[in-house]
Amino acid sequence: MAGAIWAVCDMVDGLPTRHGRELATLTWALGRAASRPTASVLVGPGASAAADAIASHGPDVLAVDADPGERPIAAVTAERVAALIRERQPAYVLLGTSDDGRDTAGILQALLEWGALVNVSAVRWGDDGPVAEVSVFGGRLVTESRLTQDHGLIIVRPSAVAAEAAERPGGVERIDPAPGADLAPVRVVDRVGEASAAVSIEEATVIVAGGRGVGGPEGFGVVRDLADALGGAVGATRAVVDSGWIGYAHQIGQTGKSVKPQLYVAAGISGAIQHKVGMQTSGTIVAINKDPDAPIAEFADMMVVGDLFEILPRLTAAVRARRA
Amino acid sequence: MRIVVLLKAVPVVGTEKMTGGWLLDRSAGLESNGNDEYVLEAGLKLVEAHGGELVTLTMGPSPATEAIRKALAMGAARAVQVVDEALAGSDALATGRVLAAALQRMEFDLALAGADTSDGQGGVVGAAVATRLGLPYLSYAAAIEPDPAAGTVRVRRISPTGYDVLEARMPALVAGTQLLGEPRYPSLRGIMQARSKQIATWSLADLGIDPASVGTPATWSAVLTATPPAQRAGATIVRDAPEAAVERIVEFLAARRLI
Repeated sequence: MAGAIWAVCDMVDGLPTRHGRELATLTWALGRAASRPTASVLVGPGASAAADAIASHGPDVLAVDADPGERPIAAVTAERVAALIRERQPAYVLLGTSDDGRDTAGILQALLEWGALVNVSAVRWGDDGPVAEVSVFGGRLVTESRLTQDHGLIIVRPSAVAAEAAERPGGVERIDPAPGADLAPVRVVDRVGEASAAVSIEEATVIVAGGRGVGGPEGFGVVRDLADALGGAVGATRAVVDSGWIGYAHQIGQTGKSVKPQLYVAAGISGAIQHKVGMQTSGTIVAINKDPDAPIAEFADMMVVGDLFEILPRLTAAVRARRA
Repeated sequence: MRIVVLLKAVPVVGTEKMTGGWLLDRSAGLESNGNDEYVLEAGLKLVEAHGGELVTLTMGPSPATEAIRKALAMGAARAVQVVDEALAGSDALATGRVLAAALQRMEFDLALAGADTSDGQGGVVGAAVATRLGLPYLSYAAAIEPDPAAGTVRVRRISPTGYDVLEARMPALVAGTQLLGEPRYPSLRGIMQARSKQIATWSLADLGIDPASVGTPATWSAVLTATPPAQRAGATIVRDAPEAAVERIVEFLAARRLI
């Protein structure tokens, strides 16, 4: 039988992330198209408990209840996944573009000498292998690429597919593979939670983002209110993060996060290329800007010319009224 | 402190072009990768605080020299550039192999890399280089604090829920982010001094790497098609007064089942 397709799914606080669920659904779809077996790999504390949730997306689950203790989770994951890949020899392994996903993938590259398709926004099954779509050149081109070998890593961005339940869940196997590598020790001395990082912008289906037009840290109040009303997360441009108006966890763009929510509301954002590359694949883009000639008008679906401080509070009230 | 900064020269975002062979055109107009400049700045500050020397390591064709000269003008002591025609078209796997081989020939307490590059956007090379060399790997750094007396380094790593404090023995490889702080501008004096600083060039033969194991022949990724993305229909422009504008936004979002 041809080699399996696997997804390595991230967990945060013992629960699979939305991104991880998407990878499971994507793997299931590829497995169906290719007539190959599929599996989702979960590594970390609570993997067994989270296994049923991931199994609902179709692939069988390999749950590794490894306790990272004082070690970074990406290192622990890479060691276990390397051992599993060597033992069971899947053909294609999907990972997420999260920080931990990319760290895991980099370690696996070196341990296994496997190449990768990186920064992938969609995957379909081609003639005899996966074909990956990648947005390049600041979004001016979309390439389709294949692997030149019959195996490899595929590192996939959020929202390549919508996570959905399969017609039947996969089976769950709890395993405890010996680490497949001896990585140089790194100790996690402290894990610190910060309230500002509570809603991950990569996990959000709605993002309301603010740029210089919000005028200052207080200006984010109206942005936050609308995000709350829409059940979304708050995003920001690099300029306002650099100015200290809001934390880096909210930054979208070239040196921040890339996002693809269903709805992106850009308030007081001009749409410079550095921001555009992080959000241009969003489903629907609504821009609110005083300047009708702002570049964002070129790639928005709706361009509202006006004062965001007059529009956002009214929009928040209208959304709340509709939901009430 | 001896610090090596992995510095990539990339096309200016928004001006990228493709060559005939589906490769990114690197023949002109390259600048330092954004995240690499943040770790360069962090490295320069560490050398200022602890003494020592900062060296840059670049894999890239001759047009990369301009970015390297800028790093020298900012304060790097010297530079190493791995240049070889066979490197064109190298993927992340080959890049990791080459940078690891070059780094193995250098002496350092800390190797610093940007968390990712704006051209490849892979974000996997730092982890691969560290793994190949058996170095501790500390990533997504918002702060880098070495303790030279203890021979250790602490890094504040951004996490999905806040941050982690990581610690490891040096030598170590740290991948850093924008949170390390804005890079300095080269001073006029720095620019003058950079002219006499050395850029050593190493070939694949110098590194003992088989040219067939890198570049286009060894890439794991083959481009099948490249097309412009599907265009949006063009923005609906709303210039109404606030109340009417909000009504139109709500109608628009409702029609798309977004509220």
